[in-house]
Amino acid sequence: MAKELLKIEHITKSFDETVILRDLSLTVKEGEVLVIVGPSGCGKSTFLRCINGLETIQEGSIYLDGEKINDRSANLEKVRQKIGMVFQNYELFPHKTVLQNITMAPMLVQKKPKAEAEKEALSLLERVGLSDRKNFYPRQLSGGQKQRVAIVRALAMHPEILLFDEVTAALDPEMVREVLDVMLDLAKEGRTMIVVTHEMSFARAVADRIVFMDGGNIVEEGTPSEFFDNPQTDRAKKFLSTFSFDRIEKKDEYAGNPI
Amino acid sequence: MRNLGLDVLLKGTNMLRLLEGLWVSLRISLIAVAVSIVLGLIIGSIMTGKNVIIRAVTRLYLEIVRIMPQMVLLFIVFFGTTRVFGINLDATAASIIVFSFWGTAEMSDIVRGALISIPKHRYESAAALGLSKVQTYVHVIIPETLRRLIPLSINLVTRMIKTTSLVMMIGVVEVLKVGQQIIEANRKSSPNAAFGVYLVVFVLYYIACRPISFLAGRLERKWS
Repeated sequence: MAKELLKIEHITKSFDETVILRDLSLTVKEGEVLVIVGPSGCGKSTFLRCINGLETIQEGSIYLDGEKINDRSANLEKVRQKIGMVFQNYELFPHKTVLQNITMAPMLVQKKPKAEAEKEALSLLERVGLSDRKNFYPRQLSGGQKQRVAIVRALAMHPEILLFDEVTAALDPEMVREVLDVMLDLAKEGRTMIVVTHEMSFARAVADRIVFMDGGNIVEEGTPSEFFDNPQTDRAKKFLSTFSFDRIEKKDEYAGNPI
Repeated sequence: MRNLGLDVLLKGTNMLRLLEGLWVSLRISLIAVAVSIVLGLIIGSIMTGKNVIIRAVTRLYLEIVRIMPQMVLLFIVFFGTTRVFGINLDATAASIIVFSFWGTAEMSDIVRGALISIPKHRYESAAALGLSKVQTYVHVIIPETLRRLIPLSINLVTRMIKTTSLVMMIGVVEVLKVGQQIIEANRKSSPNAAFGVYLVVFVLYYIACRPISFLAGRLERKWS
């Protein structure tokens, strides 16, 4: 059995009076791809941001590799090197080229020599089909290309776990595929990933386990086929039904009376 | 051909005197610009802080500078303070003080705007890569802020150079005043001098400001 890489125990997060996450526990094994789905505002993005310390939690503990990472004494900069994160809006640095975006953190944080960092960046860019864009600035790239660069930027730090926060939500539909393909590739490679997404068919394809969140906690979890084909809770059934449409059969009523 | 009154510029040292006048204008504005940039960077950064009192004071300062015509400020500092406080300021020093006072306010507002226009996510994506606070500022936030800052501050610099034409109202003999003196002195011999002299003053201002606004345009396109 694979070892537990990330262990989250009874965490609670609130902004002022509003509770975002309540008493949430979750374990992620090494090599596992966990997909979190749920309605907007259910706390899934906040949950990801708590894992790498972008948000502080009020109660509970988070362990990475058995080491508690939400202590005041924990070195957040060290922890974040092990946790790669990709954001919804790419968040590339606009004043740096693609290559500089990717090599900056390895060179500054991990003190890698420039040549080594660049060599590695180039081979990663090659993998996502963007090696010819290495000297472009982010504004010269399409959304899908930017997001692929952002993924490479996270990979260049050799993280133990990757967090994806609705990475296709800001993309035009025809660019979603190229980004999801890269993520599928990473999943096949055996990377540990936590993915927050609204792409249900992608979730089904990539996930080892689906977690359904609502109201700041986990409502249901299971394998993709368990969750999508046979949801147990009413809340999950209702959520999944919002992704399918019933065929309109009453067209005749509107005939001659266009809206 | 119509007499444009340009001949007067070739008389004696007239052209040289105009250039000296231009230097007086440029010197006032460049010193004031240097002061404004340094103080503006400091005050602008402070303005983005959370301290309510500092924010109220700086906002009041900015409002005063915006509302008050520069000429009134010049009069207050030059004519007002000498009598009331017994400080004997020469006109050039008074001009530099007023232009610095004005430029600092505008500059800090530009700095403040550039800083708050950096999205919160930029700090987060740098943090998520493991960069420390200092590394985030040095390698991400400051370079981006400067890029947003430069076109607007260059625009301010040209405005400051142009506005120095007001300082002749408190007796500084700058390029426009020299021009007037030349016209007056040659009223009999070259009655058309006004056109020629002011035309040259216009060209001199153009030569002084044009490279700066050209640079601003270039940077704006490059960094947009």
